[in-house]
Amino acid sequence: MSSVRVLVGTRKGAFVLESDGKRTDWRIDGPHFGGWEIYHVKGSPADPSRLYASQSSSWFGQIIQRSNDGGRSWEPAGNRFVYDGTPGPHLWYDGTPHPWEFARVWHIEPALTDPDTVYAGVEDAAIFRTTDGGQNWEELRALREHPSAGSWQPGAGGMCLHTIILDPDNAGRIVCAISAAGAFRSDDGGATWRPINRGLKSNAIPQQEAEVGHCVHHIAMHPARPDVLFMQKHWDVMRSDDGGESWKEVSGNLPTDFGFAIDVHAHDPQTIYVVPIKSDSEHFPIDGRLRVYRSRTGGDDWEPLTTGLPQANCYVNVLRDAMAVDSLDSCGIYFGTTGGQVYVSSDAGDTWSAIVRDLPAVLSVEVQTLA
Amino acid sequence: MIRVVLPAHLRALARVDGEVRLTIDGALTQRALLDALEARYPMLRGTMRDHVTQKRRAYVRFFACERDLSHERPDALLPEAVVEGAEPFLVVGAMAGG
Repeated sequence: MSSVRVLVGTRKGAFVLESDGKRTDWRIDGPHFGGWEIYHVKGSPADPSRLYASQSSSWFGQIIQRSNDGGRSWEPAGNRFVYDGTPGPHLWYDGTPHPWEFARVWHIEPALTDPDTVYAGVEDAAIFRTTDGGQNWEELRALREHPSAGSWQPGAGGMCLHTIILDPDNAGRIVCAISAAGAFRSDDGGATWRPINRGLKSNAIPQQEAEVGHCVHHIAMHPARPDVLFMQKHWDVMRSDDGGESWKEVSGNLPTDFGFAIDVHAHDPQTIYVVPIKSDSEHFPIDGRLRVYRSRTGGDDWEPLTTGLPQANCYVNVLRDAMAVDSLDSCGIYFGTTGGQVYVSSDAGDTWSAIVRDLPAVLSVEVQTLA
Repeated sequence: MIRVVLPAHLRALARVDGEVRLTIDGALTQRALLDALEARYPMLRGTMRDHVTQKRRAYVRFFACERDLSHERPDALLPEAVVEGAEPFLVVGAMAGG
């Protein structure tokens, strides 16, 4: 019988949640790396037993942990994230030049076919790759050396590269997103990059439709339709049907189009999910009601999903990497909150329940569907 | 025998209990001690000082003999009591909330 393994990164450690295909009874294992910030944990599509975790702290820096047994045991891997060459400055919050400084790994993206090849998105924004299972990391420097890089500025969370999407139909295509520079795409495995932000409009930058400078919060793709990308921007939910060449707004009837997380149903590429957040100055749901919104039409037309979610006095946030889907027949949707709850819906969002309620603030949620 | 006390998070990372004991030939400096410590426990590389510049991480402090040695030059000799093993060299996470 199929089962699921949910990988949860929190402010104070990692947790592994496991259940059978019914997704009603859960085993909760953790904390792993207690006391450390775990920005992301993700398994290899090519070998589900191979997991990678980004472990960091302001005191002791960055660690990468690797598991070969689905998270039961872990070993530290390489943690030398050094920019290739001498990085130039980017802009600081006050508009002055600021040297590029490594802070942490925000996102880990294992390659689709090789468990030893992994991409890492880091702050200050850059993308690294390992081909030896995490022992050695090499920067794909062309992104950071893009002519626009000197104008990139950090978002409130830092100048982070937080989204990496690998195209299953085109081995050379990588889409990434940076706060607050925008989305970029490589079609040659990271050798060259170009911005893909046409159609984005952000009123917090001087040129609202500039080529770069947009605070993209997250991008999601369905593997069956890799040219269709869905984006939760700082404000606005966006959609591209041409691999990011152009974007159109699909916020439609959402009560607010600010938010962080966005994901796509495992079996229906037109069904997407967001968690609307009140505003950039009030990072919590409107009216204290935690509502996931689902669109079955790829955007524009949205319905609130509330059954089983708190509808009063709820003031949590759902961060950009804290939503995921499983691929069981009845698609499971998962998200974690800054209040420490991890919610699951085993019926594609119709009803929800909390797997666990009192974890540290949840930074990321990933799901593995196991045979 | 040089005695080193690591903070809890680094003990967990290196999987050691209690003090670390090192044998170091030659002049005992902060750099020599950290080099030997990282050679024994490679997972500690980058956690106390920068991979490239070797500069001490901002929230890491070095104490010994009731003195703060954090701002000493990396090649300054450590106190004789540390050399003799009478006193440990302490790696400390700076006091801060969180």
